[in-house]
Amino acid sequence: MFENIYPQLIGLCAGALLLTSALMVWRHSLLASIRLLALQGIALAALVAVIGIAEGESELVIVSLLILSVKGLGLPWVLAHQSKAAIKQIQESPRLNPTAALLTVTLLTILSYVVVSRVFGLGDSSTGHAAPIGLAMVLIGFLLLISRRRARSQLIGFLVLDNGIATLTFLTSGGVPILLEFAFSLDVLLVVLILHVFAGRMRNKFGGTAVDQLRELHD
Amino acid sequence: MTIILWIPLVAPLALAGLSLLLGPSALRRFVGVAASSAVLISGLLLVSAVLNGAVPESGGGLLRADALSAYMISVVGAVGLIATWGGLSSAASSRTKVAASYEALIALFLAAMSLAVLADSIGLMWAAVEATTIATAFLVGHHRTGRSLEAAWKYVILGSVGVAIALLGIGFIYAASVGTDTPTLSWLLLSQSNLGLDPALITAGGALAVLGFATKAGLAPMHSWLPDAHSQAPAPVSGLMSGVLLSVALYAILRIQSITNLVIGPEFLRTMLSIGGLLSLLVAASLLIRQRDYKRMLAYSSIEHMGLMAIGVAIGPAALPSVLLYVLGHGLIKATLFVISGRILKIEGTPVISDVRALLVRRPGLAVPWLIAMAAIVGFPPFSIFFSEVGIIMAGWSAGLGGVVGAALVLLLVIFAAFTRLTVQMTLGGPAKDVAFTPDYSAHGPRLPIILALAATATVAFVAEPVGTLLLQATAVLGGSN
Repeated sequence: MFENIYPQLIGLCAGALLLTSALMVWRHSLLASIRLLALQGIALAALVAVIGIAEGESELVIVSLLILSVKGLGLPWVLAHQSKAAIKQIQESPRLNPTAALLTVTLLTILSYVVVSRVFGLGDSSTGHAAPIGLAMVLIGFLLLISRRRARSQLIGFLVLDNGIATLTFLTSGGVPILLEFAFSLDVLLVVLILHVFAGRMRNKFGGTAVDQLRELHD
Repeated sequence: MTIILWIPLVAPLALAGLSLLLGPSALRRFVGVAASSAVLISGLLLVSAVLNGAVPESGGGLLRADALSAYMISVVGAVGLIATWGGLSSAASSRTKVAASYEALIALFLAAMSLAVLADSIGLMWAAVEATTIATAFLVGHHRTGRSLEAAWKYVILGSVGVAIALLGIGFIYAASVGTDTPTLSWLLLSQSNLGLDPALITAGGALAVLGFATKAGLAPMHSWLPDAHSQAPAPVSGLMSGVLLSVALYAILRIQSITNLVIGPEFLRTMLSIGGLLSLLVAASLLIRQRDYKRMLAYSSIEHMGLMAIGVAIGPAALPSVLLYVLGHGLIKATLFVISGRILKIEGTPVISDVRALLVRRPGLAVPWLIAMAAIVGFPPFSIFFSEVGIIMAGWSAGLGGVVGAALVLLLVIFAAFTRLTVQMTLGGPAKDVAFTPDYSAHGPRLPIILALAATATVAFVAEPVGTLLLQATAVLGGSN
């Protein structure tokens, strides 16, 4: 029974990951991006749980709970930790218009399929076939980092990049040892907290969080 | 014996806790010094153990000190001691709450670097390198000005993205090992020759991991965070970051290289690191010529030296003893220079080179050590940087990389000229005629760490036993023969 639906579940989770990444590029509202990020965290946790059940590894199920709590709940909560009314107002004005951005996402996804199939070969496992999604997420994360102007939107780009790396690691190697998984999650959590504090200081200092204002230091 | 492995991790953590718990006390300012001393002492103990043929292990093989790790941990301790001791804050200013978190973060930073060089797992090493970013983020933004905030933001974003790319590479390396009988991230096991790792995965993984750690090591073209962060951080932090954090990232590259060399041969990473190294030298040369800020000048000098070290790593085993000696010499001298630059900044109130004139006449107490350290950093003998540079260039020549080291030599000459001009501008000349002054012989801080650092760098190249033996042993570790 499970063997039959396993490839479909993997495909479903991977599809959800790619869809949320693409939607994040499309939507400009910060609140929507944070909700999509939470959704993406849940999809990633589901992916890990599915792999864990398929391979009969209880360790991976614990890891999926860890991912659910950090990426699905913890980080989005930290990012949205501000009054709902205020956060609804925040609109991003990215450097790319939505059409161009979505077109770029398509190109990046095609590119990652080409790269992964050329370099590693897709193999015949369902996880191998989904692996390019991880690379596409990494590239989309980069796109968000480059094209967004606001501090917190850049932060979301960083997290998409990180989710992409996690996806790729789980799909190619079935996850790293659990102790390291804890260390990785803790590191990401702390980096996000630090950047969040800096974004707060920026708001106090410059009256806004547009990263464009940061151009005092140069040669 | 194994307990020594835990000292550089536990002692700084305990001291960090102490700094936070201690009430407003003047003792707090010694936390950084105490933490570095603990790291240095355990490093020296590990070195003596390694020289006696032991390889201490602990934590189920997670911590391991071979000759290379023992050497690196001693460097972390030594440079840390110079930076924290030289940058000791005054008793009055150490009573504040800000000072408590500052000292605690310095101690955490030292613990993270120690873990990075002691971990026998590229995963744990990665986590520790990322932890150094976390510990230094608030240290870079310590002054809370708009500029330091900008520097800190760039540093954390670029540093974390770079290190995240390294994680992707490590993921690939792990995926390669999952294909074998023993899935592992231990570099000891991964650098054994008969594992049968998948070359495609190792190539992609090695390239990404080296690219990621090169960001942290400040190699061009991923260097843009470095001059900002190193010029805005408080002087001891700049000294620690320039002096050892960059080298710890280079250490990570060395470990990755020892894995990829066995599977795909040295050519691939050699090309990558040569390009990165030459680009770094080029960036440093072009931006040093017209540099106006002396702390940024020191930051670009770090990019230059990391570039040359990367070329040394690209050359391979013949150049590695020189590279490792370079790590120590550059660390000590750069920490000294940043400490003195902090004192000049404090007393002169300006980071602009053209505003600081005639330092040798007005403030000989600062100008004399500054001049000596500058001579050391541009590569005058008897300081060890000279011997390291010559060693790398000779090794490159005989390894058939004559073109690369030739180009590097030309760029080094440009950098030498730029440095000389800037230093002369700062120190020589007479003061403005209508201003009365009395020569200031004060060193504006502890003299001893500066003297110790200069003396150590001037003599270390001549000590064949035990330094030479240790460096050769460390090189042997990377060749996979230990």
